[in-house]
Amino acid sequence: MGVSIVGAGMTPVREHWSSGLDELAVEAGAMALRDAGLAQVDALYIGNGYGGAFNRQAQLGSLLAARLGMEQLEAYTCEAGDASGGVALRTGYLAVAAGDLRSVMVIGVEKATDIVGAARTTARSISLHADSESINGATLTALAGLLMRRYMGQYEVNLSQFEGFSVNAHQNGSRNEFAMLRNQLRPGSFLQAPMIADPVSLFDGAPDGDGAAAVVLADSELAADLAPSPVSIIGSAVATDSLALQDRADPLDLRAVRRSAAKSLEQAGLAISDLSALELHDAYTVLTALSLEAMGYSDPGKGWQWARREGARIAPKGELPLSTFGGLKSRGNPGGATGVYQAVEAARQLRGQAGENQVESARNILIQNIGGLGATVATHILSVPAA
Amino acid sequence: MTQAGSDSPAAAKREYDGAAVARGTIYSYTLVQEPAAEFAAQAPFYLALVELDDGALITAQLTDIDAAVSIGDRVEMVTRKLTTDGDRGMIIYGYKFRPVMT
Repeated sequence: MGVSIVGAGMTPVREHWSSGLDELAVEAGAMALRDAGLAQVDALYIGNGYGGAFNRQAQLGSLLAARLGMEQLEAYTCEAGDASGGVALRTGYLAVAAGDLRSVMVIGVEKATDIVGAARTTARSISLHADSESINGATLTALAGLLMRRYMGQYEVNLSQFEGFSVNAHQNGSRNEFAMLRNQLRPGSFLQAPMIADPVSLFDGAPDGDGAAAVVLADSELAADLAPSPVSIIGSAVATDSLALQDRADPLDLRAVRRSAAKSLEQAGLAISDLSALELHDAYTVLTALSLEAMGYSDPGKGWQWARREGARIAPKGELPLSTFGGLKSRGNPGGATGVYQAVEAARQLRGQAGENQVESARNILIQNIGGLGATVATHILSVPAA
Repeated sequence: MTQAGSDSPAAAKREYDGAAVARGTIYSYTLVQEPAAEFAAQAPFYLALVELDDGALITAQLTDIDAAVSIGDRVEMVTRKLTTDGDRGMIIYGYKFRPVMT
């Protein structure tokens, strides 16, 4: 059974000091229901990575189904760290594709600012390998620093050569009212940014934010009744790699990125040259470079070259548009909600609702959501028919 | 009872040659400025992926660093305090790596 997105909604990514996790999720969920023209779905799947650690709240399914006015609904959380949203989307996709359910809602939600500073870093570290990484003082950003330092050393790449990824993300995010950091990055400023885990700086890593995004999925028959031009999900895959970086034969080879991208492209019957844009999990610039290599856009050690000319090649009007709503870097990183934000953004792009960031004639968009540094990778391909 | 022979433990060589010390080279490193709460008092500190001489990779802090760190530097494993479990909890010991003395 074909699966389509028939409704979408999201809150801005912010430090939402005055809203709780449930309020954010209900706001996005209600928007997606209104957009779909439905009052009820057959199930609700929630992408949330850190509710237990940030908010001391689990069992979000029960909590949110009731708050959305859908008593007794099948509803539960799907968790894979920062890939929680992507795996929730995968779960919703499977339920509809299997023909078991006709319509489902997927909500990604994270409320990170209930705790701040080092305590939040401790809470976020539950998604690392506890006995080999966290116990030794590793954080996600520190591990990204290890990857980036190795990349720069092994391939003789300078820090400045990653700058275009961040410049492009902020340029696009500055034109997205839902983005958290809407400032543009002046070329050259990347090298002056304070270090968090050298060589990962404040202008390299994505900021934690609060937010919720939601989509309503329906089978293709129902979708045709609900929406004049539904967005189809034509590829869906999840792959995993060793949780700890140290357990990988080659830490610079993001195997789960390669496998989930290849499986989703194979299912869609597409090659990478058929993709109009990519929403990669750009929490760190090195992840973007390594993802482009693992997906076949560049040879190993050459992925950074897409950032050349201050990101002109990856701009919405460039050869390979990336992060067209700002990506994690500028839109913000709402943890386990990210994968659903990407789906909402890609749907808007395919519906021609991307404003100044519109990619012309966008037909197929690949969205990629990563947990850890490639430990869990969810890849989906969204598509609309040729105009 | 049997007599201690020449191959008995009692007759074993007693000089320690250091061969059992885990040594390796730095595969990558970073300077952690914003650690988790348990490590806040130690910041900033070096974290590394060390490639042990048997080929395995291991994640650990670097200690006793008083010069620039580089990929490929030789390091050896030492036992150190990692953190304390809360204000009055157990002290957690583990391994760190320091430069090999030359």
